[in-house]
Amino acid sequence: MHRTAFLALLSHWRRQPLQLVALLFGLAAATALWTGVQAINQEARASYDEAASALGQGTEQRLVGEGPIPRETFIALRRAGWLVSPVVEGRVGRVTLLGIDPFTLPPTAASPNLQGDRLGAFLGEGLVLANADTAPALSGLNVETAANIPDGQATADVTTAWDILGKIGFDYLVLTSPQPMGLPPLAQIAPGLSQVTEEAAGDIANLTRSFHLNLTAFGLLSFAVGLFIVHAAIGLAFEQRRSIFRTLRALGLPSRSLTLLLAAETAVFALLAGALGVALGYGVASALLPGVAGTLRGLYGASVPGSLTLDPSWVLSGFAITFAGAAVAATSSLWRVARLPILAPARPRAWAMASARGRYAQASVGALLLIVSGVIAFQGEGLIAGFAMLGALLFGAALMLPLMLDLSLAVVARFVQGVLGQWVVADTRQQVPGMSLALMALLLALAANIGVGTMVSSFRATFTGWIDQRLASELYLTAQTPAQAAALEALLDAEADATLPLRTTSTRLAGGPADILGVVAHQTYQEGWPLIVSVDDPWTQMNAGEGVFINEQLWRRTGLELGDPLELLPGWSLPVSGVYTDYGNPEGQAMVAQPELLARVADISPLRYAARIAPERTGELRAAAEAIGVPSGNILDQASVKRISLDVFERTFLVTGALNILTLGVAAFAILASLTTLASMRLPQLAPVWAMGLTRSRLARLELLRAALFAALTFVFALPLGLAVAWMLLSVVNVQAFGWKLPMLAFPVEWFRLLLLALLAALLAAALPAWRLGRVAPSRLLKVFADER
Amino acid sequence: MLLNVRDVSKSFPGEPPVEVLRGVSLELGSGESLALTGESGSGKSTLLHIVGGLEGADAGAVELDGAEISTLKDAELAEVRRQHIGVVFQQFNLIPSLTVQDNLTFHARLSRRVDAAWTAQLTQTLGLGEMLRRYPEQLSGGQQQRVAIARALAGKPKLVLADEPTGNLDEDTGDRVMELMLELTSKAGAGLLMVTHSPARAAALDRQITLSHGRLS
Repeated sequence: MHRTAFLALLSHWRRQPLQLVALLFGLAAATALWTGVQAINQEARASYDEAASALGQGTEQRLVGEGPIPRETFIALRRAGWLVSPVVEGRVGRVTLLGIDPFTLPPTAASPNLQGDRLGAFLGEGLVLANADTAPALSGLNVETAANIPDGQATADVTTAWDILGKIGFDYLVLTSPQPMGLPPLAQIAPGLSQVTEEAAGDIANLTRSFHLNLTAFGLLSFAVGLFIVHAAIGLAFEQRRSIFRTLRALGLPSRSLTLLLAAETAVFALLAGALGVALGYGVASALLPGVAGTLRGLYGASVPGSLTLDPSWVLSGFAITFAGAAVAATSSLWRVARLPILAPARPRAWAMASARGRYAQASVGALLLIVSGVIAFQGEGLIAGFAMLGALLFGAALMLPLMLDLSLAVVARFVQGVLGQWVVADTRQQVPGMSLALMALLLALAANIGVGTMVSSFRATFTGWIDQRLASELYLTAQTPAQAAALEALLDAEADATLPLRTTSTRLAGGPADILGVVAHQTYQEGWPLIVSVDDPWTQMNAGEGVFINEQLWRRTGLELGDPLELLPGWSLPVSGVYTDYGNPEGQAMVAQPELLARVADISPLRYAARIAPERTGELRAAAEAIGVPSGNILDQASVKRISLDVFERTFLVTGALNILTLGVAAFAILASLTTLASMRLPQLAPVWAMGLTRSRLARLELLRAALFAALTFVFALPLGLAVAWMLLSVVNVQAFGWKLPMLAFPVEWFRLLLLALLAALLAAALPAWRLGRVAPSRLLKVFADER
Repeated sequence: MLLNVRDVSKSFPGEPPVEVLRGVSLELGSGESLALTGESGSGKSTLLHIVGGLEGADAGAVELDGAEISTLKDAELAEVRRQHIGVVFQQFNLIPSLTVQDNLTFHARLSRRVDAAWTAQLTQTLGLGEMLRRYPEQLSGGQQQRVAIARALAGKPKLVLADEPTGNLDEDTGDRVMELMLELTSKAGAGLLMVTHSPARAAALDRQITLSHGRLS
């Protein structure tokens, strides 16, 4: 009995193949975008774990100082019995170079293979080890490939790393676990050092958490958009099959069995769509991963490989989310079937209209969600609260959309002249309930596009202006050795209009990793440095060694006010005189007068310089610097630095752009699915108008116009919503995620382009149903009038 | 002669093809009413659709007011329907998104033949004055059919086609609707071709013809 009944239920889909495609594709698309994002996140996390395990850092602890740790401190600790190993860390282009001591490295560390001659070369010949993918990025160095070095990393002996990075001292000491018993206290041997866990050291996984949360939120949004399609398809299919349900029940199939069969049918579809979705998700992740890798590298300096590994866990999680999504979408329909009276008539049109009755209740829930979003915006804290605020805003607005569309069409109707125009508007109003799920999906996609687009464009405009200010010097040069630095400084003093030595030291400020930047007093800084807030005459105060400027990230993290003291090094505190923007830097930074810094930190690397010179003379100065041995790769002109920075910036938002387009595509499919399924139900409305003298092709054109009207009106609501999203991203989420706040700018041309895109998507989605209407056989239209319907 | 149907034949695809009309001919004058009766499946509705330009014939000719319409293209046929033909359906087929007032004038406005005095007369005669701002779903079947009759006549068409206009109404309401339709069609000076199963309704018209197996009997 059950088999026969099941086959009868399935027969519906044979007659409604487009509905089946909509259901399967909606579920598959939802799954694909969600699992794609999960796959990317998992790949990145695996990469961070791999990078962390390079020094066995997963459970190890470090000793860190307020600046570089002198060699003498390391020796003192070893002599006292402490099992510590020194590490020097820095960037060579996009590669993180780790300088290690192979003899003291903890046994748990994944040390490089240094058998035979390799050890000698590693210790004495400046050998650098990197994997085959990373090695080409280290041209000019003595590189050999080693398979067990993580992507984006290179390993060298500490002395080699000092030479390459121009550093003195160690960045931190790795502690072997366990340490011998009865060691003298750390404060006694190295009072300037403190023991920190890996997390407190600001590991990359922690830094990138916000980025991955961002991706997850986008994945969730896409998933929700996909579920709108599935919900609509399942609901309509159930309603269209009421006559089958009635017959099956009348023939003796218990209600419980019918419900179970429908649940089983949904499960079969979930299985099919899940397989398709996971495969598509793999494709999405593979396509996006290089972009994500670029983003993570640009934004956080994190290295993630550009290729994807198939992991059973996210395949399983993909299927789980498909089943969960299908269950969510089908629950209300199954519930109605379980309670359906045997003789309930089939009313697919009534189903489409049902939501009309509930739209006031739905809009009330939407308004409530908007209020919740507003409350979180002003009361909530943290990144999770930020995304909760965005979620409440988006879904609140989506729930209010049907009522808002109905009201605005009522307003439009007042101004429309002519019988056809009035009919089109009135008929469009009637279609709102049937189209509402698809239009809600479109609203979410458009708002996300406007919001993220405005954020990125605001960011780009601000960033471009900011980088013009920050990169005021024409040339940036890095010497290889202190001796070469002295020669370079002499050259610059003679040839350049101004020589600006750049001196930085790494330390910890307010509990987090940070750099202290020592600058000389020069108008270059005073003219262009992007201060957000400052005391009166901040430069005089800072140059006199009586004040410190801090970057926005540190300012927001610490909550310091102007004039509050900040301890830079033990015994050295300065009042905050100004706060400057420092986009793209995940860590804190402080800026002080260079002489003050050099007086307190003796072993600062003296290798980096900026030079002011007339732009037409940069070539000449570059050649002179190269003549004294400065490698050409160590000389960057302003234009190159800007180009590289902007390139990094563009890569950073490549992924969000791609997800934007994908979400819009899913929304367009939602419209297509809705219009296609509603098309057959629309014949009773269209046939009388045809009979009264409108051609089918004209009716088809009017259907296209209607779709465009829907898209345009939805865009009208999406615009303020998207701007609210942008404001929340710029002023709340970004501050929580990155530590900086950006001004919000308007980009009407971009919005207009998006409006055109939305119209195009709607017209494309409506094209097939309209084409079919234009060619529908008169006999089908006449059936509307026939008694035997 | 207002309507001249000559040797119209029509088949629907099938194995073998179903011959619905076989060489049917009829004539109808202005102001004249003609009942078309016959069993279910005899081809009544198909003939009505062909006359109304809603469906094409396989063979034969249909002339409306001396003009051949069976050879017209889709857009030209639509123009004929808009300007010269009013249709009353069994299922009323009002436009649910429009008010009674808008439904009533819809066809006349499409053909740009709105006559305010005539519309007012229709509204009054059909008793629609108090329901002009309502929507079709708020009306009874009889009320909806009265609106449909008003809609068909508002543009003063030359020919009114009615397909079982009282088929969905009870006896008393059907009688009243028939009475009004005949009265108003006559006032409009239009020809009326009505498909009906009911001998009594057919008898109320000027003439009646019967279709059987696609032929006039």
